[in-house]
Amino acid sequence: MTDATLNAAPNLRRMQDNYLELVRRKRMYGGLILIIFISVLVSGFMLADHRNAGGFWDGILNIGSFPSEVVSEAWANRANLPGLMWAAIPSLIETVNIALASTLVGALMGGVFALLATRGLARWPRLIGLFRRVMDTLRAFPEIVIALVLIYILGPGPVPAMIAIALHTGGALGKLFSEVAENADLKPVEGLQSVGASWIQRMVLGVVPQVAPNWLSYALLRFEINIRASAILGFVGSGGIGYELKTSMQWGQGKYDQVVAIFLVLFITIVIVDQVSSYFRDKLVKGH
Amino acid sequence: MAAVDAVAAGDVLPAVNKLLLRKRMIAFGVPAAITAYFIYIFFAFDFLGLAERARMDNAQILMSDFISHKTHVTRDNRSGAMDVSIEGEAKGQYPDGLLPEWVTMTGDVTQVTLPDGHGVTFTGRDRVSYVHPGYGTVDIVLVDGKVQLTTPDGQVPDWINASETRVSLTTESGRLSVTRARTEVFRYSYGWELFFFTLDSPFYGKSFGEIVGLAISGDRVDPAQSNIANIVGSVWNNAMWRHGDVLWAIFETILMAFLGTMSAALVTLPLAFLAASNFTPFVAVRQVARRLFDFVRGVDGLIWTIILSRAFGPGPMTGALAIAITDVGSFGKIFSEALENVDNKQIEGLASTGAKPALRYRFGVIPQIMPVLLSQVLYYLESNTRSATVIGAITGGGIGLLLTQAISTQKDWEEVSYYIVLILLMVMAMDSLSGWLRGKLIKGDDGGH
Repeated sequence: MTDATLNAAPNLRRMQDNYLELVRRKRMYGGLILIIFISVLVSGFMLADHRNAGGFWDGILNIGSFPSEVVSEAWANRANLPGLMWAAIPSLIETVNIALASTLVGALMGGVFALLATRGLARWPRLIGLFRRVMDTLRAFPEIVIALVLIYILGPGPVPAMIAIALHTGGALGKLFSEVAENADLKPVEGLQSVGASWIQRMVLGVVPQVAPNWLSYALLRFEINIRASAILGFVGSGGIGYELKTSMQWGQGKYDQVVAIFLVLFITIVIVDQVSSYFRDKLVKGH
Repeated sequence: MAAVDAVAAGDVLPAVNKLLLRKRMIAFGVPAAITAYFIYIFFAFDFLGLAERARMDNAQILMSDFISHKTHVTRDNRSGAMDVSIEGEAKGQYPDGLLPEWVTMTGDVTQVTLPDGHGVTFTGRDRVSYVHPGYGTVDIVLVDGKVQLTTPDGQVPDWINASETRVSLTTESGRLSVTRARTEVFRYSYGWELFFFTLDSPFYGKSFGEIVGLAISGDRVDPAQSNIANIVGSVWNNAMWRHGDVLWAIFETILMAFLGTMSAALVTLPLAFLAASNFTPFVAVRQVARRLFDFVRGVDGLIWTIILSRAFGPGPMTGALAIAITDVGSFGKIFSEALENVDNKQIEGLASTGAKPALRYRFGVIPQIMPVLLSQVLYYLESNTRSATVIGAITGGGIGLLLTQAISTQKDWEEVSYYIVLILLMVMAMDSLSGWLRGKLIKGDDGGH
């Protein structure tokens, strides 16, 4: 019966064969890509292992030795921890200040750039491309590059880190902000224009209220990122808790209780900021 | 009817007024708070002191190094030996018999021509004179180990800095400094010096056309190897710029980002199922997986980098592992949220055909989350290229290490700017690559398999 039907419809059979052939080919390509990907990954790891100072297998066995050394010493001196954590608060405040100030400056910059680079809103529509390129360039600079060059000119301290993070934030937020602003309703802007509002008034009264929740939510996310960046930049060379961590690490044995205290303070801060920021982001994006 | 309206208005009015008051408070309060915070930052970060501490002369050195280089003409005042070298470095030294066209040596007189009619003449081992077209000839002589300055009008103008042990002249055209031990002239020229060929290369000083001509001609400059190999080798092993090492470092940085991102994604995918509420009914397992992700994220890349670099030593492997561990936390959160949002209908449909769990996941779940996964992984790959620069600076690997080394010498700013340009190109290339792949994989992919 089945045979008879199929014979009666050789077309259907050919289609079936073709379909299976296509599926097979697709699977084969998929498998090939997977094999290539995995071999690139494995050979990459072998190359990285080869160029590393210590080998992978030596390292993986020793991975616990440094943390356990640190923790055991800190545990022996655990009575010092609260005092040391308290002593780390001023440098923590500096790190948080770097992150907050640079997020604010970056968000203000990003907002202006976004409005200038969004089609339909731009003050000078011909310069949209230029402002986009500026944002791309700002975003492409790793913070460390700007920070290290500024440290040479301005001397060590929180300001080079702040400027470096702010510039990068300006570029990164500018792009995200502009994507939000593209979806803004233009009717309020046109309404304001019809009563003779200037460009700044149109933006502040017509666009910003529409985009504010999303912009704020992106800015909060950026603040989470910037806290980490500011700790890392401190470690590489300017101010804040990262610098404290570096000096106490370089001291080595005898100051491991301080290392643990700084680590705890940083960890708690990051967790709190993450939780608070994600609570507010949820609220902002979902309405209530 | 009118009464109802009045009642309603009477009820609503205070609420409206309150709302308007609140809006007005926000409109003024938020800018005021931000301004107050900036004032606080202004004092907390000591911006006033910064203006004094800022080294604008450093900024000037930096800017001029970015676009120009200097050649030193040095005389050892004890032996009288002359030495011409670029940036005063041994690897930039002009070999015997080769001199820049603005230096002439005849007997024990060396003439250095500077731009705008300025010039310096070295005579013997104790005499040097600087010709300033707008001022006259300044003579400097070494007598009994002291530096004596003679100016045409007997005064010392403000561009000359003179003491018994040291005299230095700084003009727009160059610099001359004389101490007991040596006499040195700096001549500035635009561009990055010896970028392609160093002075000892047979191709130094040839134009682009000549190089191309040599590359395609059969006559070998060096009989041992073909001209193309020789040219490429000369550039690759350039002692001044170390192009080979630099490109390796860039490659290492990209390798770190690639290995870190991909291995993090591969490790996280199975773990994310454990953290998603619709796949793991056991609260305890879910909580453990989620807290693990939170912990990894909270500890932060900096700490992981430090711990790993203690265990593995400096190098790209350490950087890759640090990126991988940091990203496991972020990916865990993103992947498990994506998994919680999958549509159950497709899975149920597969289950109704008798598919086993592995097949249900493969054909029911993976295709749904693949676009989210891929776009996040590619986004992180791009952002990790930047992080790999920073992590390289901490662990000691890749372009980050070269950059920090060059900055800490505080004089090789042309190399710093070269590295910065390369880093920017690398980040932009990775940015467009990841954007292109994202468009290709996600749009051209009907459902992910």
